[in-house]
Amino acid sequence: MENLGLIFAPLFSYKLLIVLFFGTIFGLILGVLPGLGPTTGGALILPFTMTLDPLSAIVLLTAIYCAGTYGGAITAILINTPGTPAAAATCLDGYPLAQKGEAGRALGMATVSSVIGGIASVVVLIFFAPLLANLAYEFGQPEYFALAIFGLTMLASIGEGSPIKNLIAGAFGILISTVGKDFMTSIDRFTFGINELTEGIGFIPVVVGLFAISEMLTQSILINQIFNRVALKAVKLPSIDDYKKTWKTIIRSSGIGSFIGVLPAEGGTVASLIGYAEAKRWSKKPEDFGKGSIEGIAGAEAANNAATGGAMVPTLALGIPGSATTAVILTGLIIHGVRPGPDLFREQPEFLYGIFGSMLIANILFFVLGFFGAKIFARITLVPNKLLWPMIFAVSVCGTYSLNQSIIDVWLMLLFGVIGFFMRRYGFSVVPVIIGLILGELVEGTLRQSLVIFDGNWLMFLQRPIALTFFVLSLIALSFPLIKRKKKNDKV
Amino acid sequence: MNDVHKEKGTNKSLSLFFKSSFIVSAVIIVISSILLYFTFTFDIVPPILNRGIQPATFPKALLILIIALTLLTYFISLKNPWKNEKKLPNSFYITLLSFVVFIIVSKFLDFFLGIALLSIIVSYFWGERRVTYLIMVSIIFPLIVFVFFETILGLRFPPGIITNLYYG
Repeated sequence: MENLGLIFAPLFSYKLLIVLFFGTIFGLILGVLPGLGPTTGGALILPFTMTLDPLSAIVLLTAIYCAGTYGGAITAILINTPGTPAAAATCLDGYPLAQKGEAGRALGMATVSSVIGGIASVVVLIFFAPLLANLAYEFGQPEYFALAIFGLTMLASIGEGSPIKNLIAGAFGILISTVGKDFMTSIDRFTFGINELTEGIGFIPVVVGLFAISEMLTQSILINQIFNRVALKAVKLPSIDDYKKTWKTIIRSSGIGSFIGVLPAEGGTVASLIGYAEAKRWSKKPEDFGKGSIEGIAGAEAANNAATGGAMVPTLALGIPGSATTAVILTGLIIHGVRPGPDLFREQPEFLYGIFGSMLIANILFFVLGFFGAKIFARITLVPNKLLWPMIFAVSVCGTYSLNQSIIDVWLMLLFGVIGFFMRRYGFSVVPVIIGLILGELVEGTLRQSLVIFDGNWLMFLQRPIALTFFVLSLIALSFPLIKRKKKNDKV
Repeated sequence: MNDVHKEKGTNKSLSLFFKSSFIVSAVIIVISSILLYFTFTFDIVPPILNRGIQPATFPKALLILIIALTLLTYFISLKNPWKNEKKLPNSFYITLLSFVVFIIVSKFLDFFLGIALLSIIVSYFWGERRVTYLIMVSIIFPLIVFVFFETILGLRFPPGIITNLYYG
């Protein structure tokens, strides 16, 4: 707590303020453009961050994360297409309200609830991350292994789509992490005689491929799609009446979003769906939902932005990403030589609190920029896909090539683009692949080290109370979808 | 009559093989099986250097898990079929083909030329016919990106007929 004052440090650094400003603008642009978003944008900008110091680099990525998550609402409300998956629930009421001629009111509510959700989650991050980091001091290799397994099972439990498909995707991600020289014995695995593969498959080719290139292929089948745009005069601040209707929803969704964000899964997307469903459940007028309910917008937007701070908690405290975008941020930290985990809290508090402070400022910045600039940002969607995607391709190729100056990385990016396209086409989410890839080394490394400690006795895992707790939680997480399905069937 | 029933039954069982759930599951299982085979070719470390488990054990376990889960998904799909996906349009195949063009051109001719060619193919076949815009998207923008990466990030692009002109 003695470090709380450090939160305000970014306010006194003109360099960080400039980075925050451009990061917020860039995040808003990425959020507005359907198919892009903070994950792809973050991955594309990672090579550029090499020109910055570590704090500025991470501040840039977190600003993109916060603003990008909000930016998706602009497109959701004005053209009924979520700019980001996390804004999907916002379409349900945002667009109908905009069609009634109240686009400004819908965007105003989305902006205010996003900011409140975002700030609430940063407060959760500030207080909860150090506590979790302190707890993590008790963790040895077996506990980290059990924690990573818990993280992966959560993907199946609260991720979008089929739990089994999510597990397959997660296992595929871990499998990718095994390519290259085995880090313990230097034995080649899945290298097929290709020298470039001995170092393993990098994170950037996989992320850019799975998100940007697969989206390019998706857009290639939507080239004749026509968007019905609703005209926007100006963003309006919510009225007193609107606040009265929504304040409870915003608080509830902020809590839901922060909690869901902490769990390693698809963060904002799931949070907004639950936030929306809960807003409907508690509403006095649930029949208005889907027809332009202001509570629906507040419920979804507060939750998805609240997930941003929540997802940063395990990322910074344990080095386990809470979402796909935080996996990109985690990679950014590693590239810049910063190892997240309990030691970071003890050794570099000014770095961490700089990030916390920057996230707070980013939320305020996107409020101002969103409020006054939504009309301009909405115009970005007018850039036709036939021009936009070839340009994104050029940046993707150069960005992927730049990290290792390897043409194999570019080919891998294209391969993962094709894989990602077919995965999405057949209902496999690509997010578990990313989380699996990030957690892969941790899962295998901690498992093998634990087995060395236990002298090969697997049952010893069960004698470690913390590890056992995580295993039990993993079992609960795995059985949760079954219980959910049974409940659904019983209802039917 | 019986023959008709038999024929219908045969068609039904045949159509099972053309369902996306079957094709996707089969592709995953075949690829996983091939990879599983490769895990048996990994070197084995002597017990004294072995860290807990052999280097092949973990990937083997993952591949078996993937195969088992895929089989489970397939059997679930027999009860709850996957939604039918629309046929992919030509624009998709052209975009895919442009990736192949990019790989060949960037490998044998020039990296920059590969990007320019892909951009012009994609932009044109996605509906852009205005020459100015085609030039902008295929030459001017990649050039800006190229110079930006080259100067700001100090990146050296792979040699090629155009890149060599730039580097002298």
